[in-house]
Amino acid sequence: MTVPGPERPRQPDSSDPRPSSGPATDGTPGAPGAAEPAVPEAESTPASTRDSTPPATQESTQESTQESTQPPTAKPPAGRSTGIRVAVAALCALLGFALVVQVQRTVSGDSLATARPDDLVQILDGLQRREDELNAEVAALQDTLSRLRSSGASSAEALAEAQRQAEALGILTGSVPATGPGLSIVIDDPEHRVPPEVLLDAIQELRNAGAEAFQVGSVRIGVDSAFTGSAGAVKLDGTPLTAPYAVHAIGDPPTLAAALAIPGGVLDTVRRAGGTMQVSQSDHVTIDVLRPPRTPIYARPADG
Amino acid sequence: MYAVLALVAGVAVGLFVHPTVPDWLAPYLPIAVIAALDAVFGGLRARLDNVFDAKVFVISFVANVLVAGFIVFLGDQLGVGAQLSTAVVVVLGIRIFGNAAAIRRDIFKA
Repeated sequence: MTVPGPERPRQPDSSDPRPSSGPATDGTPGAPGAAEPAVPEAESTPASTRDSTPPATQESTQESTQESTQPPTAKPPAGRSTGIRVAVAALCALLGFALVVQVQRTVSGDSLATARPDDLVQILDGLQRREDELNAEVAALQDTLSRLRSSGASSAEALAEAQRQAEALGILTGSVPATGPGLSIVIDDPEHRVPPEVLLDAIQELRNAGAEAFQVGSVRIGVDSAFTGSAGAVKLDGTPLTAPYAVHAIGDPPTLAAALAIPGGVLDTVRRAGGTMQVSQSDHVTIDVLRPPRTPIYARPADG
Repeated sequence: MYAVLALVAGVAVGLFVHPTVPDWLAPYLPIAVIAALDAVFGGLRARLDNVFDAKVFVISFVANVLVAGFIVFLGDQLGVGAQLSTAVVVVLGIRIFGNAAAIRRDIFKA
């Protein structure tokens, strides 16, 4: 393309402005001498005849030769005027060409390929800064993730431990139901002569033997339980008990039974008072009566 | 008008040819296009004012492009190429607007 062949006529005249024309064109990376690619003007040269503003005319005949086209009056030498016009046309064609080329270059979107080194350095700097920031963010997030993971694991462990402790303490204080092997005891007192001390002895004997949870009648034994009243009108924690007294205890059944049968122990005491006591060992004693948990009013946990 | 025909022809050639712009020219091409546009608008205005001189047009066209390119080149050498490009575009844009306003007054009488 851009074969400057058919443009002979302009050579003689407009040679002076020509070689300096700037907006170099397509592929010629030489000096910016750009005039040569203005091809398509060969056919436009006949138009020179109709254009009416040769260089000399403008001051004198401003109004007469204005718009265009008509008067084929070529006062200056026709060759020179034609050459100038070809130059004008060539430059206009060049402009259009360069315009399209630049637009296409811009549209093609390869802006980095044409950016200046300074701009490229700035872009690179910005990208590197951004990368650094993102890397730092990634590191921080990974840190947080691992911390959350470990703390989540350890807190789950702590929760399980706390739950175990709460269950153990709940059994001891009577705030959770309990089941396990143990004894079921029935103390009958037909003559109403069994005093509360006998029942207290029975509970303490069982506790000494390793019993862990007790229920007398419909009352769960806690750390602050107390037998009050008198023989025949025994109260446990303020609740009246009536014979026969049913006692359930969870522990090792043979040990508990042996503890009750000690000579001079609970069994003998009950018999002396005119009562009877049946002890039955069982693998499944269920204690489902609860004590309301007490919140300490004065005592507080002390550190270490 | 043959200049318009030439412009159209140049656009058509550019559309069909798909040339690759050499690297050394890439920063100057948009500036050169703007400068040439300025010259063309100036020529159009002169034409409508009936003071058009083809020689003046050619010389101003070439000089515009060269000066604009030179300024940008100088700016690149001085490390302020981007800023000077902006300055050139702004100045040429102002001139183009001024010429366009004059052309508008000539054509529409308003």
